[in-house]
Amino acid sequence: MGTMLIFKTILASAILLLSLVVAMYSTLIERKIAGFFQDRLGPNRAGPWGLLQPLADGIKLFFKEEFMPNTADKFLYILGPSLTMLIACLTSAVIPWGPDIVINGQVFSLQMADVNIGILYIFAIVSIGVYGIMIGGWASNNKYALLGAVRASSQMISYELAMSLSIITIVMMSGSLSMRDIVNQQQGFNWNIWYQPLGFLIFLICAFAETNRSPFDLPECETELVGGYHTEYSSMKLGFYLFSEYINMFISGAVMATLFLGGYHFPFIDKLGLSPNAFAFVSFLVLFAKITFFGFIFMWVRWTLPRFRYDQLMRLGWKALIPLAILNVLITGVVILLNQ
Amino acid sequence: MAALTKRSKVVSNKKMSFWEKIYLPAILGGMWITLGHLFAKKTTVRYPEVTREFSDIYRGKHVLKRDDEGRERCTACGLCAVACPAEAITMIAAERKPGEENLYREEKYASTYEINMLRCIFCGLCEEACPKEAIFLTKEIVKADYERDKFVYGKDVLLEPFDPLKRIDVSKRQTPEVLEFKKDKNQRHNVQ
Repeated sequence: MGTMLIFKTILASAILLLSLVVAMYSTLIERKIAGFFQDRLGPNRAGPWGLLQPLADGIKLFFKEEFMPNTADKFLYILGPSLTMLIACLTSAVIPWGPDIVINGQVFSLQMADVNIGILYIFAIVSIGVYGIMIGGWASNNKYALLGAVRASSQMISYELAMSLSIITIVMMSGSLSMRDIVNQQQGFNWNIWYQPLGFLIFLICAFAETNRSPFDLPECETELVGGYHTEYSSMKLGFYLFSEYINMFISGAVMATLFLGGYHFPFIDKLGLSPNAFAFVSFLVLFAKITFFGFIFMWVRWTLPRFRYDQLMRLGWKALIPLAILNVLITGVVILLNQ
Repeated sequence: MAALTKRSKVVSNKKMSFWEKIYLPAILGGMWITLGHLFAKKTTVRYPEVTREFSDIYRGKHVLKRDDEGRERCTACGLCAVACPAEAITMIAAERKPGEENLYREEKYASTYEINMLRCIFCGLCEEACPKEAIFLTKEIVKADYERDKFVYGKDVLLEPFDPLKRIDVSKRQTPEVLEFKKDKNQRHNVQ
């Protein structure tokens, strides 16, 4: 029991550290890729290839003036970014990062908690994420912030529906809500994306909307809302809001890889004859590569598509994605029944 | 009516087809285009380490030339100031004293010669107007500064260094015809 506790503590710290470092460097990669897409070089002055840029940005944010509007609700104003950051870090708990590893004959699972309702847990946590934005926007006592927050929450609630409906098909196929079970059913190349391409597409689009990424970045739409829900935020509180977006990107990439791209499974790596720990490490690298791929897609789309108008966003969510997701559920149900 | 360019398109309000309506092919097409830019050659020049190549006939900061013996060529005739469309050039003429023959080529010279670089439009008309080949534009650029009065460049900045090794080569700015004409020693102009 004691060793298990120590292992879980180390694993939790490692996962937290991993998501923070990945989020940190996503900001650099985002700017680099933005540069490349626009035929520029991107940041390259801080350290070799600009590798110290995230550090410089962090230091800058810490040293900026901590500004708080005097009409703001102090408690809620601080709660907003803290909650957003907390929620962003919580989701990683149920993601299986690799197969079991063996240390001194004892088997450890590379998953913080194998909750048997893992998917429900993720959706519950993601839904709380709306509160961070809503509270921040409300507490700022600023009309732009409030409008941004209202937009953000209506967008997230609308797209959560289609997202959940697209996941239901996965649950129907696997018969389990546990992330580990779902991953283990996708051995080799038997990935869910081949059975649920439509579901995957819907989930991908909704993931863009849930993480407030372009083309659905209406909540922070600079042209209309002066920055949206974080208009009144500065210094590291603003940093938390921006940072949590990148953590969310990383985690949603991990969720998509887990649910649709077979998680840490990849054809033929189980035939290499590696020791359990080496196998776990290679599997983790495979998962990480898949997450990186999704991260690239997020950035790629951002620098390709223009922002949606608000009515277009709502029309896409309610009139296109939700009916499609329901149709997908129906078809999956019929196929499962016919195969019985 | 005939189309004015090859790229003109006829606009119509026809209904979008199914494939156009779901937008995905168009989105993938757009992503293909941006992917091409990801690997395309970058246009950025990493400035302090790499400087962009300037043409030999770039019109930058002016230089007041000396002749082969190091005497100032300018005689303060004022033709450059007359030619200047931006009225950027002012000068004060002075008479050469005995004993200054090694400094000034002719009996009259410019005691002050100022170009206001904020007015100058770098058109090169002063260079064209000069009968003594005294003023030329160079590849050097006029550097930024914090105060306006520092942009009035006097002879201390404009005059070519006396040292023969530090002379500024302007031969590339002259057409072959001009270089040929300069060999004609019957013209008093070309006699040093």
